[in-house]
Amino acid sequence: MSNRKPGNPARVAWLIVASLVAFIALFAAGCGDDGGDTTGGGGDEGLTKVGKGEGKLNLIAWVGYAEDGSTDPAVDWVTPFENQTGCQVSVKTAGTSDEMVDLMRTGQYDGVSASGNASPRLVEGNDVDPVNVDLVPNYGTVFADIKDQPYNTFDGTHYGIPHGRGANLLMWNENDVKPAPDSWDVILDPKKAADYKGKISVYDDPIYIADAALYLKEHQPDLGIENPYELNEEQFNAAIDLLKEQNPNVGEYWHDAATQISSFTNGDVEVGTTWQYQYFTLLADDQPVASNPASTFVPKEGATGWSDTWMLSSSAKHPNCMYRWMNHIISPKVNAEVAEWFGEAPAQSKACAETSDPKFCANYHADDPGFWEGVYYWNTPVTDCTVTDQRAHEGGSGGDCKDYNAWIKAWTEVKG
Amino acid sequence: MLLRAGVGVTLAFIYIPLIVIAIYAFNTVGTLGWPPDGLTFDWFEKAFNNDGAREAFINSLKAGAAATAIALVLGTLASLAVGRHEFFGRETISFVVVLPIALPGIITGLALNDTFTQIFGIDLSLFTVIVGHATFCIVVVYNNVIARLRRMSGSIEEASADLGGDPWQTFRYVTLPTIRTALVAGALLAFALSFDEIIVTNFTIGAGQQTLPIWIFSNLFRAETVPIVNVVAVLVVVISIIPVYLAHRLTREEGGAAGKGAAAQATAEATAVP
Amino acid sequence: MGRRLAGLFHGRPRLQVGSLLAGPVGWLVIGYIGSLAIMLVAAFWSVNALSGETIRGFSLDNFQELTSEPVYRTVAGRTILIAALVTITDALLAFPIAFYMAKVASQRMKAVLVVAILMPLWSFYLVKAYAWRIILSDGGILNWALDPFGISGPGLQGNFPAYLTFTYLWLPFMIIPIYAGLERIPDSLLSASEDLGAGPGTTFRRVILPMAFPAVIAGSIFTFSLTLGDYITPQLVTSTQFIGNVVFASHTNNLPFASAMATVPILIMIVYLLIARRLGAFEHL
Repeated sequence: MSNRKPGNPARVAWLIVASLVAFIALFAAGCGDDGGDTTGGGGDEGLTKVGKGEGKLNLIAWVGYAEDGSTDPAVDWVTPFENQTGCQVSVKTAGTSDEMVDLMRTGQYDGVSASGNASPRLVEGNDVDPVNVDLVPNYGTVFADIKDQPYNTFDGTHYGIPHGRGANLLMWNENDVKPAPDSWDVILDPKKAADYKGKISVYDDPIYIADAALYLKEHQPDLGIENPYELNEEQFNAAIDLLKEQNPNVGEYWHDAATQISSFTNGDVEVGTTWQYQYFTLLADDQPVASNPASTFVPKEGATGWSDTWMLSSSAKHPNCMYRWMNHIISPKVNAEVAEWFGEAPAQSKACAETSDPKFCANYHADDPGFWEGVYYWNTPVTDCTVTDQRAHEGGSGGDCKDYNAWIKAWTEVKG
Repeated sequence: MLLRAGVGVTLAFIYIPLIVIAIYAFNTVGTLGWPPDGLTFDWFEKAFNNDGAREAFINSLKAGAAATAIALVLGTLASLAVGRHEFFGRETISFVVVLPIALPGIITGLALNDTFTQIFGIDLSLFTVIVGHATFCIVVVYNNVIARLRRMSGSIEEASADLGGDPWQTFRYVTLPTIRTALVAGALLAFALSFDEIIVTNFTIGAGQQTLPIWIFSNLFRAETVPIVNVVAVLVVVISIIPVYLAHRLTREEGGAAGKGAAAQATAEATAVP
Repeated sequence: MGRRLAGLFHGRPRLQVGSLLAGPVGWLVIGYIGSLAIMLVAAFWSVNALSGETIRGFSLDNFQELTSEPVYRTVAGRTILIAALVTITDALLAFPIAFYMAKVASQRMKAVLVVAILMPLWSFYLVKAYAWRIILSDGGILNWALDPFGISGPGLQGNFPAYLTFTYLWLPFMIIPIYAGLERIPDSLLSASEDLGAGPGTTFRRVILPMAFPAVIAGSIFTFSLTLGDYITPQLVTSTQFIGNVVFASHTNNLPFASAMATVPILIMIVYLLIARRLGAFEHL
């Protein structure tokens, strides 16, 4: 045993530690992969033929998109797929597009049901590969107005297979919210929203800023907002200010469908933005909810919405299974099931003949391109204001639009 | 007496939420309204049959066992060095060992995630979870063993060396018996920490995998599974009486009058070995 | 082989220490602190909004954003305040029961109480936070109990639910060190104090409190740090943002910014730990 006095000063120890740490930091700066880059296919070596399934499939999906009977034994289009193709499916449900992008970047999944506020990012970050639509027989009969769209086709190359589309809903508790609202002002107008202080439920995602912008498009026309995803400085700040005024009245910012269902059921919230999935789940539970646009009409100002696309990961380990899945999910019968379960307009035109409710497609405007002109699909804000000339607004700052990074930072400010 | 009232209030505070959970474990419906709709044992059966829960449970056991094992080894090594030697940087070791548990979990998780995915470029998996857990479990073992080592003077080990024992023999026959109960107590606490951990785990676990806390989190609001969550929680608490009581008995030797007796006994045992 | 080891170590105490420390130091310093260093370096990077690619150039933008935009100060201030309140409340709640267990209870009672305090530690953190959500929810127990009086609880908003839940969650972490610390105070000291004419209040103030103080600080390390970085409980019981929420929300899209925000709790805790060590808390962890 030694009781030697420490001979060397502690300084030496610190020197060693410091140099180790510095070495590691330099190492980190100099080497290592860039985040987001993958060394997968890169798009030039896509499948030319769908071969035998690889036995497994890892998907990222919105809630209700890939049901395997665990929510409701009668609702299952995954097990038949597994039986037919031998591809055992494992689904990770994500609540926001940001989550989906993050998960895709891990490279551990084969495919994702991406909305427009995710798809451009995935393409730009090389996280997805182009999809050879010739290998998906059911693609031919998809509705024309969701093919070749800016959210699924980039530079003329197809990057996915459409799944279905819908508008975001305004939902309220019939017993507590009277009269039935027909405008978003019940949650966005500061005076009206104050009536429901602490009982408002808002989607916890920066993309909700577009909802505020859409509201201002109607209620403050001199801001000149044309496209709620392309906002210049002035328009953006107006939207943010509106949301900051809304914040004290908000009871919850939900990013998980089940949480919102639970909150509505327990009376913690009474009115808010939602998806058809929550609405129909609550109805099935005999909850006193009502919503619009449930099917027929849209609040005065229009609504934001989404048109979702199944995309193939560039580091997919099971691409054949993924192609089979994409074909399966837009086959007429399955797409009908999917659409009716979630409550959205199917992508497959032939699905309309397969729905259990013959009026389903008509109610959901599946074949009505005019209706969708008033629905602003989720999109990724970028600095280029290409669609309309944002500088046309008098007195405006002109110039660039706000990109998604700005939206994310602003969202934190909104929530306080 | 005021003191007893204080104790009562604190105990009530601690147990009321747990009782609420227990009641909901028997609730017929999955929603949260109070009072609960009805009572049933159904959910206990469903819990046992739930594949996701079972798999997550096994993952938690694996991770906990492995992390505890690593923490035992590293914690003991570190405490032997600090408890029995003088060297520069000695004070710093204590500080560094405490850091993983003293810094918020999100920091540890984020940092480790960064290192694994960006620097090493490896996929996250149960292995990375184990590394994360072991890191903050080291301090638990370290503290327990160091406290024990400080209580026993190093002269026994010197005597062993004088009598011709090499370092390994000294460790095995002299040091180990004295710290054995501290190791067990540390191991129990380390396992408990790992079993319950969610934040660091969230950042270090692989894509399709779940430990029990992660499974709980993903099922917390789904009306069809939340009662199973409550059942799982109740079962774990009840089963935990055993290891908690064990740990208490083992560490009781350290404090109070009982401590001196145990120390004397351990010394006698140690020197009796040839 | 053991003999050769002994021969190797003889006269080379530093080799012995070195070989003991190689494993832990390698793991903790190179592995853990190295990871922290990497994360801190990332705070100076930025990210491409569209592709998510990290841009590794040196830039102070993230820190500029942190200091100029008031919301981050608000969030940090709120988190620190709640952490402090939670720590104080837990200390106040923990002391009576710890004292009772250490000095008043019989051996059997002591064992019962220790098990009673520690068992809830084994029930999942998530479930306990969830229990408070159930209790505080609009249709939950608290409102049901207050209904006859015509008042209603705070609901799941604001800082109060978070404060309450954190206080609840970290209480055992405060009780245990204080109990251990009080146990170490020899009974003879308390008798001596009494013999010298001090009343219970004076004994408490002049003898017990100073001796137990390092233990309280040790417990506070946990209550403070756990509150500082938690993002799950705020998500479950309230709608306000804490430091952990901001870091978590930005880590998927903007890792450099999340790292920059993360430096706040790191700095706070390192200072806290240094002070705690000086006050002798490390003996009581």
